[in-house]
Amino acid sequence: MGPEILRDVSLHVEPRSFQFLTGPSGAGKTTLLRLLFLSLKPTRGLVTVFGKDRATLPAAELPLLRRRIGVVFQDFRLLDHMTTYENVALPMRVRGREEASYRADVVDLLKWVGLGDRMNVLPPVLSGGEKQRAAIARAIIEQPEMLLADEPTGNVDPPLASRLLKLFRELNRLGTAVVIATHDLHLMDQIAARRIVLADGRVDIHD
Amino acid sequence: MTDVSRTMRDDAARQSGRRASSIVPGDNIAGRALAIVIAIMTFLSCITIGAVSLVQGSARTWQSQIAREATIQIAPRDGLDMDAALEAARQAIVGFPGVAGVRIVDAAETLRLLEPWLGSGLDINDLPVPRLVIVTLDESSPPDFSALASALREAVPEAALDDHRAWVDRLVAMARTTTAIGLAILALMMTATVLTVVFATRGAMAGNDQIVEVLHFVGAEAGFIAAEFRRHFLLVGLRGAVIGGGAAIALFLAISWWAARNRATPEGDQAIALFGDFSVGWSGYAGVAGAIVVIAVLTAVTSMSPSHANLAGLTGREPRNGEFGRPKTR
Ligand SMILES: Nc1ncnc2c1ncn2[C@@H]1O[C@H](COP(=O)(O)OP(=O)(O)OP(=O)(O)O)[C@@H](O)[C@H]1O
Ligand SMILES: [Mg+2]
Repeated sequence: MGPEILRDVSLHVEPRSFQFLTGPSGAGKTTLLRLLFLSLKPTRGLVTVFGKDRATLPAAELPLLRRRIGVVFQDFRLLDHMTTYENVALPMRVRGREEASYRADVVDLLKWVGLGDRMNVLPPVLSGGEKQRAAIARAIIEQPEMLLADEPTGNVDPPLASRLLKLFRELNRLGTAVVIATHDLHLMDQIAARRIVLADGRVDIHD
Repeated sequence: MTDVSRTMRDDAARQSGRRASSIVPGDNIAGRALAIVIAIMTFLSCITIGAVSLVQGSARTWQSQIAREATIQIAPRDGLDMDAALEAARQAIVGFPGVAGVRIVDAAETLRLLEPWLGSGLDINDLPVPRLVIVTLDESSPPDFSALASALREAVPEAALDDHRAWVDRLVAMARTTTAIGLAILALMMTATVLTVVFATRGAMAGNDQIVEVLHFVGAEAGFIAAEFRRHFLLVGLRGAVIGGGAAIALFLAISWWAARNRATPEGDQAIALFGDFSVGWSGYAGVAGAIVVIAVLTAVTSMSPSHANLAGLTGREPRNGEFGRPKTR
């Protein structure tokens, strides 16, 4: 057992809310997002997502909860053998949907994030920023109830970062609760929103 | 309309026309290596099956051919009227239950049989050679050999009955031993195949942990992931097994074609005397078909064996590498 990364952390992400999660590198931002995404079990303490207790959640319900959450990973997690288009369409594909029912949505979204001409390209030839945008598109394509984004603007220039932030804001207006982990002060200054600050395993919330 | 948006539309059209990538990547090195391993092991297993079937079939043929006949030998003796003795022997057993036919090997044929040793131009009556009567037996209800022998001895004291039973017994024993050895080798071969396929499949599966993880993260259900992998590995296994089994069948056919072509030559005759017409019986082909199916299914099942399902987080447990935001390893 290593050290406790998070302790005395108590917070609630309201439906339709918008917040930044910040703190120095290694503070536990990614760890907290993993707890919310149910990809990590707390060694102690209580995590409930959409009213379900992680500890008593049957394994079969895990995918159903995850479908209500969109995630942008710090390291993107795109599948290298699928095109950008196919990566973004993957959430619908695993839900068993017909391609005809979502193709136009995926194409529109890819154009919106500036990947219109990179649709049929495999991720290994995308730039860091392009991968990041593909990962964001995959997370929001299904308009999830909650979006967890880990450093979603870490690889893009400031104008594109602002554009992506607007996209998140728009998504939030449509009803998605958004949590953006970042240490980019400039980004946080663009929007007046709740800030969850992690430091030394504790949490400070600035509304 | 701008050029850019037209390009985008074209892209979309191209996208829709293009076949979707499979969820599990098809031709990576691990997948190809797995197919090759499966092809080789299937080939070797099928060759073993074919060889066992061939030996079994040959043994059965030898047995029935030899069991179908018995021979009566009449030794020459001063004052013995050989022709009368041959006829008497024939009379004695011709109506015997279990005897299907009796044929005296006549003087001309006996001479022909002896020609290689004694040369031609001899008079059989001058030579003290034994003469033969060939008895064809009813295979389904063979005669009582001791009654047959005593009936014969009563009619012609010089006659000796050789029922080939010593030969048949020895052949049966040999065929049984050969088949048993063949089956043992087949068992070893199948065990080796199963183990190789299991470990090669696990190896190929291990490279897919990342994919399994991402599928979980985008909300795929365990059943969906398992079905995708099972289908993928079933196809890989089937491809390898069909190639290996097909090569084995091609080899069987080539050998029997070779045997048929060389039927007239001495080498060919010798081989045919031993192994019949070299055709692997239907049981051999059925065995090959069975092996192909078993190996393909084995591959598919192994890809999602319980131990691996755990590893990949398919049972709903924590994915082993399921770190969200883990530092990039690529
Ligand atoms: N799987 C793990 N096992 C043990 N320790 C871990 C694991 N993952 C992360 N940690 C540790 O937990 C701490 C917090 O990590 P985390 O990734 O949550 O930080 P972070 O706030 O996201 O940092 P950054 O801003 O650099 O992304 C770090 O000290 C890290 O080494
Ligand atoms: Mg992090």
